[in-house]
Amino acid sequence: MLNEYLQVLKFEWMLIAIIFILLFIKVGSKEWKNETLLYSINFLLLANLIVGFFYNLPGSLFNGMFHSNDLIFLQKSILNLGVYLISLIAYPWLKEHKHLLEFYILLLSTLLGMFFMISSGNLLIFYLGLELSTIPLAALANFDLEKRKSSEAAMKMIISSAFSSALMLFGISLLYGVTGSLFFNEIALLIHGGPMEIFIFILILGGFSFKMSVVPFHLWTADVYEGAPVAVTAYLSVISKSAILFIFMTVMFTVFRNLEPQWYFMIFLMSVLTILIGNLFAIRQDNMKRFLAFSSIAQVGFILIGLSGVSKMGMASVIYFLLIYLFSNIAAFGVISIVSASTGKENVSDFKGFYKTNPFLSWVLAIALFSLAGVPPTAGFFGKFFLIMAGAERGNYVWIIFAALNMIISFYYYLRVVKTMFMDENENPIQKILVPALPKLAMMICLLGIICTGFLSWIYETIYNLCNF
Amino acid sequence: MNLTLFLLFPLFTAVAILIAQNSKQIRTIALGGSLLQLGMAVKLLLAYYKERAAGNTSQMLFEYIQNWFTPLGLQYHIGVDGISIAMILLTSFIVVAGILVSWNMETLSKEFFFLLVLLSLGAYGFFISLDIFTMFFFLEVAVIPKFLLIGIWGSGKKEYSAMKLALMLMGGSALIMVGIFGIYFNSHTSTGAHTFDILLLSKMNIPIEIQKLFFPFAFLGFGIFTAIFPFHTWVPDGHASAPTAASMFLAGISMKLGGYGCLRVATFLMPDAAHAYSLVIILLATIAIIYGAFATMMQTDLKYINAYSSVSHCGFVLLGIGMLTHTSITGAVMQMVSHGLMTALFFAAIGMIYSRTHTRMVAQLGGLLKIMPFISTVFVIAGLSSLGLPGFSGFVSEMTIFMGSWQNPDKMYRLATILACASIVVTAVYILRAAGKTIMGPITNQSYEKLSDASWNEKFAAVVLISGILIVGIAPFWLINLIEPGTEIIINKLGAVISH
Repeated sequence: MLNEYLQVLKFEWMLIAIIFILLFIKVGSKEWKNETLLYSINFLLLANLIVGFFYNLPGSLFNGMFHSNDLIFLQKSILNLGVYLISLIAYPWLKEHKHLLEFYILLLSTLLGMFFMISSGNLLIFYLGLELSTIPLAALANFDLEKRKSSEAAMKMIISSAFSSALMLFGISLLYGVTGSLFFNEIALLIHGGPMEIFIFILILGGFSFKMSVVPFHLWTADVYEGAPVAVTAYLSVISKSAILFIFMTVMFTVFRNLEPQWYFMIFLMSVLTILIGNLFAIRQDNMKRFLAFSSIAQVGFILIGLSGVSKMGMASVIYFLLIYLFSNIAAFGVISIVSASTGKENVSDFKGFYKTNPFLSWVLAIALFSLAGVPPTAGFFGKFFLIMAGAERGNYVWIIFAALNMIISFYYYLRVVKTMFMDENENPIQKILVPALPKLAMMICLLGIICTGFLSWIYETIYNLCNF
Repeated sequence: MNLTLFLLFPLFTAVAILIAQNSKQIRTIALGGSLLQLGMAVKLLLAYYKERAAGNTSQMLFEYIQNWFTPLGLQYHIGVDGISIAMILLTSFIVVAGILVSWNMETLSKEFFFLLVLLSLGAYGFFISLDIFTMFFFLEVAVIPKFLLIGIWGSGKKEYSAMKLALMLMGGSALIMVGIFGIYFNSHTSTGAHTFDILLLSKMNIPIEIQKLFFPFAFLGFGIFTAIFPFHTWVPDGHASAPTAASMFLAGISMKLGGYGCLRVATFLMPDAAHAYSLVIILLATIAIIYGAFATMMQTDLKYINAYSSVSHCGFVLLGIGMLTHTSITGAVMQMVSHGLMTALFFAAIGMIYSRTHTRMVAQLGGLLKIMPFISTVFVIAGLSSLGLPGFSGFVSEMTIFMGSWQNPDKMYRLATILACASIVVTAVYILRAAGKTIMGPITNQSYEKLSDASWNEKFAAVVLISGILIVGIAPFWLINLIEPGTEIIINKLGAVISH
């Protein structure tokens, strides 16, 4: 029994252990050098990532409130990988930061929340995980302590997430009132598509949409992404979004399975709007972070296409896409983070002539953007192709044509950045930046991921076989 | 014959280029790799003849299948027939010539040659694929190198042209994607799974309504790559802004990807729809031919002249495909080969002139024959081939298309044929005028007199391409014999539609 608690909850225990180690260091009297600390923390995170692949025991605990299976272990490992990479790219920024221990403690707490959320089989533990994953994030968004924009971002984030939590909580309480249960699998059997249930569904969908920044609930995204430190932005756009999408998929496919005819149309509409608005706004952005914010909004629209497939293929392609999206986005944010940490420049126009001075960083950013745009030979091509393929299975070709045309728009704004770096002339471009070892490692891993995840079909096949649709 | 080598060689070449130390090593590696490819292509041709002579009548030779993304039914399925071999040969000729022409590229030479090799990798992969997914993959692989080649090393309004080209080609890809999803989800193998496999798909009968729905997407998508009217506007700007080698690759290889796709994917897999839409294709092709020809008349820049004439010449390819007769489709494939060789030669000649005189304006050039006889001769040969002088490849292929087109007895088709034929006169006007003004006459600028003639690498490149043109022009039967078994299968599939 004890063994079960250890193994089923292994991912969570690992995080808790790291958080406690960091707390002890914090309260201890010994003064650590930032660099030593960073190296050791990154080592711990790497160990955490590696241990995640071993001694996993599928099972359920606490009467089924918490459950785990191989797919969930994989999802958690993906998140672990993302956190490790983000921690690596944050190195130049954190090296100078006074509160780096708090940064990691908060970061890992949100990750812990996400783990609980993904594993939840009950609305209570789901909500608990959700809140644990959002509240520390607001503090993280404020981590550039002397910047006003950062505080503004944190404020916006906390208000909007409180609002979305309220929506969600309202939905959950009504759901409990209607069905008398909080367990996913029990609720699923009790929902038949009555008007009250659809209303509940809309409330919960609204809550989710806030977190996923789906139009019309996307307004907070750009401001928060712009104000928050780059590492936190990367975390928000990759880890936070992936975790929410993982659980969103579970909720849609299990709890609201019977409402599928109703929600298909809602998802269709939201996806179309999300892609369109994300794309149109991304064209106009000059700040790199805002640009990536809007582009990531558009990406979620594409993910919804795959999700609408309601099939094993759809589920697998969403997870597969998120893995690729993680590599691509972190690579892009990595470059921005290094540039921002050493020069403070974050605008697209600052990147003019970047290739002349920093060829390596330019190629990393270009390849990451190609992957986000879905151009082969990068993995993004496969990811997006399979997403749309999963959606196309339903035969809704209006949606597919719309998505295909929007891929052209997205192609334009990604290429615009590439053009700025490679083709535009600039008299005083950003100086040559010396990339420290850790961020370089992160970028290499990301590049490897961007190139290989596509070609190695067994990655997709593994995910596909794990999906218990 | 292991076809995967056609992917591995460019890949190794590209990696070697990345490792290489200086620009001398880089270009030597690039040239060595491309010559090796040319040798491979010739060897493939011989192996093909040998197989056919031994009585192997299967549709595709040297097939290899490897499952890829098994749950989705995707495959790495490669194989060649005569049409693909013709295209592979064309590609390898142009790659050698393109690398030779850019021999003295000094700015960012590593990136330049890397991208050229990557582009050729995409083209080879496209031509050997027998699975629509891998085909689509390789088609898009070739887009980004084009964008970067034009945008970084180009001239004039290069950023604009690069962006326009990339976006229009991506638009084409997006349409193709919709088209191939349509095919995929309406295919049913014996196990009930869907497939992208061209050979399997060609044995299925996709319902005619479905074909009618998705044929326009696939055909138009591939058509954009081959400059179908009204989506030809990327061609002039893209070609004119690109560096010489990229122009050659664009016109010689990249535009052929579209024609090949129109034939192999759209027409072959959806024959009913091909019949239903053939009049529309003919109409667009005829407009492209005539409009392209007249637009060329108005151009003053040599690269624009060649680019617009490419629109016109690629119209012939689409005309040949749209006519749906055996001869016309064979002619279309021949026109792809012939146009590839001669535009590449034309662009090479223009590049050689431009690198010396630093102008491409017809009005500013003159009397070049006295200063650089070799380059001028190359220029004239390219021009004459382009206007279809007997003895060069252009004549053979255009003649085949016209003969094939005339076989279609419908009045509208005949009218289109007549109009297309008439455009040759216009072609003659602009080619002769451009050649006459630049090559003959008095020397317009005294400073030109000091200019040198072609260097060894330029001569080599020109000889490679001219020999290709002459082989096709003087002895077209070997090309026809190569292509015909492939087109026959396509035409049988199309003929089956008429009879049922």
